[in-house]
Formats: sequence, C-alpha cells, structure tokens
Amino acid sequence: MKQLLAIFLAAILTENYILEKFLGICPFLGVSKNRKNAIGMSVAVTLVMVISTAVTWPIYYNILVPNGLDYLETIVFILVIAVLVQLIETTLKKYIPSLYNALGVYLPLITTNCAVLGVTMLVLDKHTANPASFGYGQALVNAFGAGIGFLVAMVMFSGVRERIEMNDVPKFWKGLPITLVAASLTAVSFLGFQGLVTGMLGY
Amino acid sequence: MAKKKGLWNEFSKGIVKENPVLRLVLGTCSTLAITTAASNAIGMGLATTFVLVCSNAVISMLRKIIPDKVRIPCYIVVIAGFVTIVQLLIEAFSPALKTALGVYLPLIVVNCIIFGRAEMFASKNKVLPSILDGLGMGIGFTCTLLCMGIIRELLGNGTVFGMPILSNFMPSIVIFLLPPGGFFVFGFLVAVANKLSGEGKAPEEIGCAGFRGCAGCALSSGCSVLKKKDGGTEKK
Repeated sequence: MKQLLAIFLAAILTENYILEKFLGICPFLGVSKNRKNAIGMSVAVTLVMVISTAVTWPIYYNILVPNGLDYLETIVFILVIAVLVQLIETTLKKYIPSLYNALGVYLPLITTNCAVLGVTMLVLDKHTANPASFGYGQALVNAFGAGIGFLVAMVMFSGVRERIEMNDVPKFWKGLPITLVAASLTAVSFLGFQGLVTGMLGY
Repeated sequence: MAKKKGLWNEFSKGIVKENPVLRLVLGTCSTLAITTAASNAIGMGLATTFVLVCSNAVISMLRKIIPDKVRIPCYIVVIAGFVTIVQLLIEAFSPALKTALGVYLPLIVVNCIIFGRAEMFASKNKVLPSILDGLGMGIGFTCTLLCMGIIRELLGNGTVFGMPILSNFMPSIVIFLLPPGGFFVFGFLVAVANKLSGEGKAPEEIGCAGFRGCAGCALSSGCSVLKKKDGGTEKK
C-alpha cells in the first residue's frame, strides 16, 4: 500500500509528465488558456492513460514478447491507443452523453498526445528495471498518477496564464515566448519536490 | 526555371520562413526534452528528418489510394513503420544515442511535425515537392535543435559536443540542463525569431489557434474530424 502511494505521489510531483518529462507540451500550451478546458482535457487524458496502460501491458507481455515481436512495440501501441480512443468516444456518446458532451471534444486530440504513448512505454521500462516490485497494478497506479499530475500542472498553469494576460509584456515577448518563460518558472517550483517522496515514504 | 524556383521554395521555406519549431510551434516535446547536449540534438534531428522525408514520400505516393475517412490511421501506420526502422538502425549503429534519447525516440511517431506535414503538404502534393518539403522541414528542425542544444550544453555544462569551452572561466549554470532551463531557452529563441522575422508579428495563438498544436497538427484534422462528425450527423 505504502509503495503504491509512493508511486502515485512520485508520478504527480517528482516525475510530472509535463514539467519534468516534457510529454504533452502541446496541449499544455494550447489548452491551458482557460481553466475549464484545461480540466476537461486533463480528465480525458487521465481516462485514456489508465485504459491504454491496462490494455497495452497485457498485449506486450502476453502476445508480443512470447512471439519475439517486441520490436513492434511502437506501431502496435499507437494503433491500440488510436482504436481505444475511438472506442471510448463511441461508448461515451452512446451510454453517457453528458460525459461525452463534456469530454468529447478533447478525445480525438489525445491519440497523438505524446504523454499517453509515453506512459505506456515508460511503465514497461520501469518493469524491466525492477521486475519483482513493479507489476501490473503498480503500472496502473503510475498511469493514474501521471494523469493527475497532468491535471495539476494544467490547472496551475492556467492560473498563471490568466495573470500574464493582464500584464504589459514587451512586443516580441508577447504570446508564446512569455508563456514559455512562465512555464519555466512553474517548472522551477516543481523542482522543489525533488526527494520529497523518498524522504516521506522511504521509497 | 520557374518550376525550379518553386521546388527550391518548397525546400527552403522550412528552414527559416516556416521553421517548424520556432514559427509553426510543432514538435515542442522532443525539442525541449533532448536538447540537453548538442550531440543528442543532432541525433534526434537526423532521425526525425529521415522519418519525415520517407513518410512524406510514401504518403504522397499513396495520396490517391488512401480513402479520406481513414487517412489518419493510415498515416499513423506509415509513420510508425519508419520510426521502427529508425529505432532498429540506431540500436544497431549507436546504442549510446539510443540510451540518450530514451523514450523520446519511439515518440517521434507522435511528433506533430511529421503528422502536420503529412496532413498539410504530402497529402496534397506530388512526390518530389513532398520529399523536398520534408527535407527542408527536417533541416529546419535539426538546426533549431542544434542551436538549443549548443546553448544549453554551453551554459549548463560548459562544453560543446563534449569539448570544454566555458568550464575554465566560469562555473556552469546547471539549471539550463534541467527542465526549467529548457522552457526558458526555448522561449528566448522564439522571441529572437519573432524579432528577426520582422515587426514582432508573434504567432497569434500559442501553437494552436484553439486546438491546433501537437494534437492539433496531427489532427488539425482533429478539427476536421470533428467537422466531419458534425457533417455525419447532419446527413442522418
């Protein structure tokens, strides 16, 4: 239990996918202008991350590895994710229209979000590095934590950007450059979490 | 002659005028992540260029065969195929580079520059212009990465391509190697590009007017997918 908590917290704080690993920068810059969109996008990303990790892990270890096909990892994973996103979209549309209305717009954009493909591959690396203690359950917790970390960074940054809007910025720094500098400062704040999880929980 | 000029134009626009990273703001993830050293930047740039040229060529050849509705999965398969080839080649010839690039090597598959060019250019143009477009964009990407890589390595580590340059004169500023430094240098370069390309016409929207951008470029069609869906429901 303690280990799962450590994985979860580490995925949110010290291994934050946006601010520490640079995965999913485009939605981070594109959608974070408005807090409501930021939350919608992050929830959709979290959902897809957990479901795709749940599917790709068994495919990798039960189908690809036994047949010596693990070099097909990239191509299989991206197709599985594309199919899953389509499937989730259709299912939500049919059975939970209210959720579809809230998240539907973001779903097609997620197929090519590097954070999703990233998380499915990084958990495999973690398992290879540490086969005994990092299994399927840990991978799912890690994926969920990565999604929540995405949410935290997006929401925090949408607040920062609302402040930038009101400031007087030099002409050439308007728009993207000043946003990136703000992102840099936000990333500095996340550096402060370095070592927190290890110190607190001993993992 | 006019035709030649047209081809030259397709090639050269990607290097400066429509530089994929600084002007179109595509492919930011890998730009930020692997530019901690100049040599990584070159490796990543060349790998991406290879995939870009090959996928542009193939998609352009198949542009009349691929049905419009399933074009995105088709592009994904083509691109992922070439990425796998690059992965195997790098693993065979330069294992050190593979370790350095890590997970970002397979992630070339979701690099929006490649999707973006497939969608915006290769699907509408003949083979030769598509190849040149891919080559130009790839070189523009590599140059930008190299520039960022040199700045970050020089300030963060005092070296360029592993040769000590600044380390004798001043202590290195390690934060340039950490994620915040990546964001900062990138912001600075975009500001310089805005200044140089005249009158500070900053790209109006961040990367993505509404929802363009990584996801967007891939699916600037994302929008057109949505549009199509709307169209679909209307038909019903």
